[in-house]
Amino acid sequence: MTLSRRKFISQTVALGCSAAASPLLAPVTFAATPGENRLVVIILRGAMDGLDVVQPYGDPNLAGWRPNLIAGEAAGSFDLDGFFSLNKGLEELMPLWHAGELSFAHAVSTPYRDKRSHFDGQDLLENGGGNADASLTPAGDGWLNRVLSLMPDTHVETAFAVGRERMLLLEGAQDHSIWSPESALNLSSQAELLLNRIYGSDPLFTETVQMAMDLSKTNDTMSMGGGRNGQIRALAQFTADKLNDASRIAAFSVGGWDTHNNQSRSMGNAMEQLSEAILVLKNRLGNNWQRTTVMAITEFGRTVAENGSMGTDHGTGGAMIMAGGALKGRKVMTDWPGLDESDLYQNRDLMPTSDVRRYAGWVLRDMFGIPLSDLGNIVFPGVDFGDNPGVTAG
Amino acid sequence: MTTEQDIINANRFGYGIRPNETPFSAGMLAQMQSVDPADTALAYPDTDERRMGLVALRNARRSGGVDSREFKQLRQEIRDVINEDFRRLLVRPTLSPRGFRERIFAFWLDHFTVAPSQLNSQILLGAYFEDAIRPNLSGRFVDLLKAVVTHPSMILFLDQNASVGPNSRAGQRRDRGLNENLAREILELHTLGVDAAYSQADVRQFAELLTGLTVTYEGVEFNQAIAEPGPETILGKTYGEGSASLDNIFEFLEDLAVNPTTAMHLAQKLAVHFIGPEPDKDYVQTMADAYLASDGELIALYDVLLNHSAAQSPLGQKARLPFEYTISCMRAIEIPADLILGLNSGELQNGFQVPLTGMGQRPFRPNGPDGWDEALEAWITPPTLAARINWAGEMAQNHAADRNPKKLLETVLGPLASDDLRVAMAAVDAQWEGVALMMISPTFMRR
Repeated sequence: MTLSRRKFISQTVALGCSAAASPLLAPVTFAATPGENRLVVIILRGAMDGLDVVQPYGDPNLAGWRPNLIAGEAAGSFDLDGFFSLNKGLEELMPLWHAGELSFAHAVSTPYRDKRSHFDGQDLLENGGGNADASLTPAGDGWLNRVLSLMPDTHVETAFAVGRERMLLLEGAQDHSIWSPESALNLSSQAELLLNRIYGSDPLFTETVQMAMDLSKTNDTMSMGGGRNGQIRALAQFTADKLNDASRIAAFSVGGWDTHNNQSRSMGNAMEQLSEAILVLKNRLGNNWQRTTVMAITEFGRTVAENGSMGTDHGTGGAMIMAGGALKGRKVMTDWPGLDESDLYQNRDLMPTSDVRRYAGWVLRDMFGIPLSDLGNIVFPGVDFGDNPGVTAG
Repeated sequence: MTTEQDIINANRFGYGIRPNETPFSAGMLAQMQSVDPADTALAYPDTDERRMGLVALRNARRSGGVDSREFKQLRQEIRDVINEDFRRLLVRPTLSPRGFRERIFAFWLDHFTVAPSQLNSQILLGAYFEDAIRPNLSGRFVDLLKAVVTHPSMILFLDQNASVGPNSRAGQRRDRGLNENLAREILELHTLGVDAAYSQADVRQFAELLTGLTVTYEGVEFNQAIAEPGPETILGKTYGEGSASLDNIFEFLEDLAVNPTTAMHLAQKLAVHFIGPEPDKDYVQTMADAYLASDGELIALYDVLLNHSAAQSPLGQKARLPFEYTISCMRAIEIPADLILGLNSGELQNGFQVPLTGMGQRPFRPNGPDGWDEALEAWITPPTLAARINWAGEMAQNHAADRNPKKLLETVLGPLASDDLRVAMAAVDAQWEGVALMMISPTFMRR
């Protein structure tokens, strides 16, 4: 075989650099939507150090555990309520705090205990089950998928998993969409016919390619913007566009939280990405921001004591971050356990005093009107919802 | 003559059929038992040479700063080496008749994932592949484990260089301490597996045992000044009664490697990787038993993996992962070595790095030390399938326009091809479209 040296692959196919499909795309119209409220769930992969993001600088024991990872005013952090301060890496979210569009829950965790594995921890976080050993619910699906089964008038675009990586959170029996802003599949009509023929006897491929064709026709390909946050910006813009249209639920991931080493530097990039994602959502959602709740959750917290390399190791209790115009915000919700050695979980971790799923459950009830009994039976088995912490103005 | 069984084996245990290849006729297991001439055919800078490159880079930064010509030139040389590493990674499986050996290599790369984000660590990656993993594909597992754990790439990726015994001289003086990362992941990912009966205390004790193992610009060393003094008790046994040393660490790794839980974990992982998500229980047990009976020889695992009746389970429970998929496509259309070796950095970027990222597998950057997902469903999603279709279409158009798709199909998939695929391939206007249809068919993407 002779092959002249030619360009190995055309530039035009390069991801994110391809021309937009068409500026005149007609949005799909869906007859109904399940109301006007919107929810975005962000999975913070790698185990965010809640104690360094939402710093309990008013706790007299914090400084002793963390000689280098300092908190409060001395660290340039922003006071929240006289007890907690916000890491300066999230400075750009402070206007949201002042506007009542930002809240935190602290000393929270999933039911996962002791093995402290990221991967089991993330699976349980997304599955929503109640087992400390991270064994999943029998269906092994995602809790946000089960939420869809409790909402009226849903359709395939009601919920979107955004990005290229797998999200167990939305997997399950209920239809949902998966797409990434820079993706495209532009085929001739003949190629579509042939593809349908060769995929016809394989349901997974048939469904997957059908969705790719449909979503490609109704979404302009977004180019990966420049700069270090171009990708997360594109992700958030796409998410906002879907929520402005017929979607009401979306989920994506922000990684980079596994800060074993030199945390004050290594966590900065992850915080920047998270902050950028939330601000892009707010700006692009316009008036719909007022009906939006963003929840950022992580698999577990990190050790109370900093480790030997100015980082932190895998722990238990941590923090969750909530933002959105739908919030009754400006509060750090917690039953604070204290940081005396005797207060810690296994003498090492922040003691969880509440369940991440409790907060998520109340948000689902207040945003989508789903009864707590259904949430307890179907979405978050075994959780004690307690009193309404009042995350949203709902 | 290629038989149906040859095609099945090539898909399941190799990178698929490459037409006109001289097959390695001694069989798949023999691929692991003989020297591969390709190991010495492509020269590469080894770990130590790369370390010297980093020393030179540091010196250039100190003397001339980051804007100096010398610094910039050294940085460019490092980038060139990283690109050369990538080309080598592409060309070997594309051209090798030892497909099983190449897949096993990829399996251990993933099992011992390192995913460096900084240039200073990325430069070491190619040497980690060639110096730590490739020479240890068919000896005892513990030799592979030791080579990996003492390679700078792993030490840096899992922060072992930052771990200091709290009661060591350096720990006392500088108020530094343990970093648990490497200890935890060796137990959870590399040996026992997450479901094993180890505790947080075992992780902690193992992290103490590991202190002293570190890497500097001088290379990997065991530094007494940062080693935690005194013995450590892990999984009920005490190690390091004498002074701290690398031997103590190796003694524990020897025990770990032949722990029955490790044997089951490795056997299960191999079966899931090559066959499917719920492998036959006897298959896994037989593999683990053979491994333990041989005192931890990898060949014992591979022998059962290839020759147990469960190795004949129906194909198609897995998806070729994107890297594997691109190699299989290049084999199917006989991309020659010089084409790959001649790719410049822009072509590598547009031809592989960007498309692989779109398919969900950004090269060398899995999200964590657990490596890539094994599940079919994780890889066949709307955005990632679209990226596969786009890439395969471009490849066929650019490099297979002169191929007869019907003949190619008979060689590459033969009796595995469905009637629908044959009909569709007969209905296209241009030959390359037929080749593209073959490469984007479920039969080609599944294995």
